[in-house]
Amino acid sequence: MKWEKLSAIRLIEELKSGSITSEEISAYFLDKIKKVDRILNSFITLNEKAVEEAKKVDKNGRKGRLAGLPIAVKDNITTKGIRTTCASRILENYIPPYDAEVISRIKREGGIIIGKTNMDEFAMGSSGENSGFGPTKNPRDLNRVPGGSSSGSAAAIAAGLAPLALGSDTGGSIRAPASFTGIVGLKPTYGAVSRFGLIAYANSLEQIGPMGKNVLDTAYLYSIIYGEDEKDSTSLPSPPLSIERISDFEAKGVKVAVLTDLVSRVDEPVKKMFERGINYISEIGAEVNEVKLEGIDLALPAYYVIACSEASSNLARYDGVRFGVDCRTNLNWRDAYKEVRKLFGKEVKVRIMLGAYTLSAGFFEEYYVKAVKVRRRIRDGLKKLLKKYDYVAIPTMPVLPWRIGEKLDDPLYVYLSDALTVPANLAGVPAISLPIGLADGLPVGIQFIADEFEEEKLFGLAKRFEEKAGELEVVDL
Amino acid sequence: MSHVKIGLEIHVQLVSLKTKLFCSCSADYRGKPPNTNVCPICMGLPGTLPVLNEKAIEEAIKVAKALSANISNISYFFRKNYFYPDLAKNFQITQYDKAGGIPFATGGYLKLSNGRKVRIRRIQLEEDPGRIYYEAGIQEARYSLIDYNRHGIALIEIVTEPDIREPREAREFLEKLSGILEELGVPVGEYEGAIRCDANISLMEGARVEVKNITGFSAVEKALSYEITRQRNLIKRGIKVERETRHWDERRRITTSLRKKEMEEDYRYFPEPDLPPLTIGKDVLERIEGIIKPIEEVVRDYVKKYGIEEVVAERIARDRRLRALFNRSVKDRPDLARHLASLLANEVPFLMKRREIELPSDTKGLLIVAEAKRDGLDRDEILRLLDNWLHGREVIYRKVAALREADLEGIVKKVIERNPKVVKDVKKNPKALNYLMGLALKEVKGVVDKKKLFDLLRKSLGL
Repeated sequence: MKWEKLSAIRLIEELKSGSITSEEISAYFLDKIKKVDRILNSFITLNEKAVEEAKKVDKNGRKGRLAGLPIAVKDNITTKGIRTTCASRILENYIPPYDAEVISRIKREGGIIIGKTNMDEFAMGSSGENSGFGPTKNPRDLNRVPGGSSSGSAAAIAAGLAPLALGSDTGGSIRAPASFTGIVGLKPTYGAVSRFGLIAYANSLEQIGPMGKNVLDTAYLYSIIYGEDEKDSTSLPSPPLSIERISDFEAKGVKVAVLTDLVSRVDEPVKKMFERGINYISEIGAEVNEVKLEGIDLALPAYYVIACSEASSNLARYDGVRFGVDCRTNLNWRDAYKEVRKLFGKEVKVRIMLGAYTLSAGFFEEYYVKAVKVRRRIRDGLKKLLKKYDYVAIPTMPVLPWRIGEKLDDPLYVYLSDALTVPANLAGVPAISLPIGLADGLPVGIQFIADEFEEEKLFGLAKRFEEKAGELEVVDL
Repeated sequence: MSHVKIGLEIHVQLVSLKTKLFCSCSADYRGKPPNTNVCPICMGLPGTLPVLNEKAIEEAIKVAKALSANISNISYFFRKNYFYPDLAKNFQITQYDKAGGIPFATGGYLKLSNGRKVRIRRIQLEEDPGRIYYEAGIQEARYSLIDYNRHGIALIEIVTEPDIREPREAREFLEKLSGILEELGVPVGEYEGAIRCDANISLMEGARVEVKNITGFSAVEKALSYEITRQRNLIKRGIKVERETRHWDERRRITTSLRKKEMEEDYRYFPEPDLPPLTIGKDVLERIEGIIKPIEEVVRDYVKKYGIEEVVAERIARDRRLRALFNRSVKDRPDLARHLASLLANEVPFLMKRREIELPSDTKGLLIVAEAKRDGLDRDEILRLLDNWLHGREVIYRKVAALREADLEGIVKKVIERNPKVVKDVKKNPKALNYLMGLALKEVKGVVDKKKLFDLLRKSLGL
């Protein structure tokens, strides 16, 4: 039986009915990872105790809403006893003593953490190439990038190495790889999912989110992880989410705003696919409106200023005293810091320096304060639009997945590829990416954005859309 | 001492709390083996988030109220970024009054005994760093050891305006502050290092020099005195005092330069994204208000409730030990309020100034003295009784029924009849009146209202 061909929801039914055990299915996926991942490089660490834990879940009657289903977890989400590296050499040997809140919730529902997925170091990147553990490949075309920074989670789902995965999204890090690998990924409302245990890149922007083969699988994982957490002071209560209501969603008459300015600037193959997507939206009965949004061009620079500023502070703790290499050197502590911080990859160093610069005396007002103002404007603009329309629809990525290594000398090209995903992070609103179809054999994703805490509504429209566009089959490698 | 400006930055550990500021580790970190009073949050492990200790806000409100500061309806936490091994995250969560920040409280003041008001610039909440140990001293040590047990302890930082003029005023300020804190249930005096102070000092129009690492109130006085002499000597020699940070060397009793202005760290302050703005609800404020009042209000209450003169009430309200004694004794005998107040505002400080003694906490003896005062016992006797009380000796006052009006008239009549010569003299010689009064007092067996007796005597003599 090829278990990876089944949806996660179907697998859970099988587990509940007893037609398969958690032990069998965990061993199956671990096996597959060991075979395929030499090519793909989507995992950094496997949970050696996964089968053992699965046995325990079996023994207890496969309780909980995940009933022993294996789940892949991005390596910037803390897992007790399982090495958590953020794909950085500076955390190469770091084994957390505690679980992230989302991990606790998954375990409580009988989920099995199968392994930790590859990513751009400290979630800084859009291609999956900035990993201290080597780049992840796109299962749809092994010469191309899978998108990032949740590169490993996306690639693992697309290649059938895990039924469900967790990613994190600071400026598009779930949606970009979802789009490039042809799967579904949600960036939740800011505050909807606890960040406790998410290793910070840019705290005010990022959220942990679910990734899956299809809309309902993704919604199902979301229904397990969302909710207020007293350990995260920025978390908020969400309205209850119902998979049934998502399945029964009525798309007829909902108003969708298409941001024509943004669409006009994407690459031709993406534009063509997006036009097909617009047709699907009309076909399911939704009303399509062409709309302009003032100031959206400033989203990208504002995002990079805020994200790098926060990052420069967040990453200061990796100084060799407790992380990195042995701090017992003959160097004085400033020089010892410098030595240890050589372990950071190039992109991480660039962003730390950018952020230290934008926060420093004399530049703070000019950059950070201005970026915060732009952020407020974008948030207000987007919120206003979402009062008038139910959804905003734009392509997820402005380009097709590029070849691995092709853009290493063109960092601006890579930064610009975030242009369509960062607005949702700046505004704190939820956004989902799902496949429209293939262009020249490469996936193109559409992005729907809704107002805060309207995840159910977002999944609903996505579900109807998916029925028109079709799911992409997992790749057999 | 002219043109000396001193401002203080005081760090106070909220020792009354059970847990740290942002995690549930115990606030009682002293005497524990190194790095045992820690958790992933205060160790700054990747992925952890701070959660504000609500109780800390209440304690901070109390302190701010006691200093008559204005509590901000909304304030923000900021990150102060600098690399130092005692900070687990290499930034400190604190508050800030620039870059759009609003500290927990602003304004307020504390009045010194010479009447000088030392204004408070701001009061803010922040986390205490860990401690670094250099075995065999900072110069000789070949390695440093870090203990994070203290890391994350709730601190309030109190920053004054440069209103202090003399080193001993700085010391008095700290002693008064520590007294207020103690009364609020934050007994910083009982814990080593629970109150720490940095001092900023400038002479004439000279640059501001910050002196760090001063522990203990007398050390503050010493460090500042040293700094004044040092800066004065520089000025005398025509050398400009530079803006710098200096270190108080307790052992050598001198200050040494830590860093010049151009070496000052750029702390890259920005709002802490993991903590929402701190809003103070009306309900919390009102609840705390019931517990703690600013001194003006205490004075107003004393005047209104007990009919005490305002100067007397203020003298008691300003001194927390007198205030505590008054509050405790008046509770049992509100009828003696005015006499207790008068004793505590006048005779007690008078005696304490003469002899260096501590105030007893027992109120029984004090109440007896107050009764004697009410009965009109003369001042020397009152002082004798008070002295007994102050030294912990038994206060014995046999209450004799106060003489009635008729008795007094009898005494006056007797004295006038027996001394016709003196009476004749009384209009010309003022001493005669005093002599007669002395004689009258000798006749008195028991307690008398002296003023009443005197008035009666004058009246009978037609004066």
